[in-house]
Amino acid sequence: MPISNEILIEKLTTKFGENIIKTEEQYGILCITAKPTINIDILHFLYDDTELQFQFLTDICGVHYPDELLQLCVVYHLHSLVTNTRIRFKFYLPLDKPEIKTATSVYASANWMERETFDFYGIIFTGHPNLKRILNVDDMTVYPMRKEYPLEDPNRVDKKDLFFGR
Amino acid sequence: MSEEKHIQLVNELEKETVTINLGPTHPATHGIFQNILEVDGEKIVACESTIGYIHRAFEKLAERRPFYQITPITDRLNYCSSPINNMGWHMTAEKLLGIQNPKRVDYMRVIIMELARIADHLICTSILGVDTGALTGFLYVFQEREKIYDIYEEICGARLTTNIGRIGGFERDWNENVFIKLNAFLKDFEKNYREFEGMLARNRIFMDRTIGCGPISGERALNYGFTGPNLRAAGVDYDVRVMNPYCSYEEFEFDIPVGTNGDAYDRFNVLNGEIYESIKIIRQALAKIEKEPKGVFHAEAPGIYLPKKQDVYTKMEALIYHFKVVMGEIDAPVGEVYHAVEGGNGELGFYLISDGGRTPYRLHFRRPSFIYYQSFPELCKGSVLSDAIITMSSLNVIAGELDA
Repeated sequence: MPISNEILIEKLTTKFGENIIKTEEQYGILCITAKPTINIDILHFLYDDTELQFQFLTDICGVHYPDELLQLCVVYHLHSLVTNTRIRFKFYLPLDKPEIKTATSVYASANWMERETFDFYGIIFTGHPNLKRILNVDDMTVYPMRKEYPLEDPNRVDKKDLFFGR
Repeated sequence: MSEEKHIQLVNELEKETVTINLGPTHPATHGIFQNILEVDGEKIVACESTIGYIHRAFEKLAERRPFYQITPITDRLNYCSSPINNMGWHMTAEKLLGIQNPKRVDYMRVIIMELARIADHLICTSILGVDTGALTGFLYVFQEREKIYDIYEEICGARLTTNIGRIGGFERDWNENVFIKLNAFLKDFEKNYREFEGMLARNRIFMDRTIGCGPISGERALNYGFTGPNLRAAGVDYDVRVMNPYCSYEEFEFDIPVGTNGDAYDRFNVLNGEIYESIKIIRQALAKIEKEPKGVFHAEAPGIYLPKKQDVYTKMEALIYHFKVVMGEIDAPVGEVYHAVEGGNGELGFYLISDGGRTPYRLHFRRPSFIYYQSFPELCKGSVLSDAIITMSSLNVIAGELDA
């Protein structure tokens, strides 16, 4: 039986208090935004809690919001296979110091996922055993998934964004 | 948490190791993988994987493409089972747009997805045969794969990169040939495949080569993010089709084969078991389609599903909708969706962030191969070089999915 989101929110807010910034539910998955300093504490807490047992890391990925104050975001998807509950965590980081602690001490699978996030967004996972580029070439100097690198030639006139409502 | 294997060096006196490159293009690795191995004699002491040789920036591409145009990208993830990727993406978009499909569409999709699973698994099992020295079986089961591809061709016109279906259903109804070919396939497949399986499953040479080759414990596999047949071979019965049913999978009766040791032999057997379960599901789905009203092949979703071509040529409104849909001007809500399907290799997830524009703001693919392939150095450490090849081919790593 999936754990209800109310119980999850209550557990996390009693444990972490003010560090939880925002909770919302979208399409059935609870999404929690928290301060980036406590990311490993949250993962450890969810991993070890006998009732929750979020022991499966589904995914880590980055997102870039160029208009926000904290531009970079790391998204964790966790899955508790015992209770069949999914949960999503977001940690927002500033562009000039995008550092967050590595999750490799909790999940071995975080290794390449974090390397991928570093490769595309330049998010630095402190304490990672081997943080280097994984899919792009080693001597690349930019972080290509950031929004300042448009995919198409900006000089093309036939595909202006304003014609597409964007 | 890591299980360090005890490595006995062959040459105690010199303790010299040699560094060799396995790949990037090596005939035994079935794809572009590079592994830098440090070997002592034949024993692998250390291994480092380099990936990304066929990275095509799909996630970046997806940020510039309307929802319709992302389907061909997903084809090229796990190209052995493209339809599952297509359907997974369609269902993600449908979840965001709030489209409810008719039951008949669900069953049609189930048939396609299970066919794709069979095609995917039988490549892995037969390649495992090739790597252990039995080429015949590979050529034999590829005839069966050919029949599956003929069915795809009948439905969508393509064979490998299928681009099958649309957001909200299928592009056209299945013709009679599909059902004739499907029934012909079902009639012979099980017998033919059992013949192939019988050649390997209790074969002394094959068993000696694969039992105990690249084993992983269930706990370790979970920690490494294994999903799909590889996780089930390690004894954990996690299957997305059962845990989070999508596409009416909850209505079907099927078993989940599990192994115990998580080695190459268990993976082989789990894949075989799943192939027979898929056949079972296809039979049930065909029986269910019979009971559904004929001619229903898409959801009622004007503005998202393309209108009929004859209407586009004759009616103004249909033409406008056609234009808007093709140009990506659909009313996508703002929101975040995560949808997972059971792909050929495990949980294939789509994390879609929409800001209401014509393209996704961010689309991330959770690619099962990418996540479990990182365990390869641990799996092959301490084994001999020839076992490492078998471990890799039994893991069913698909380069397209690995590098996205």
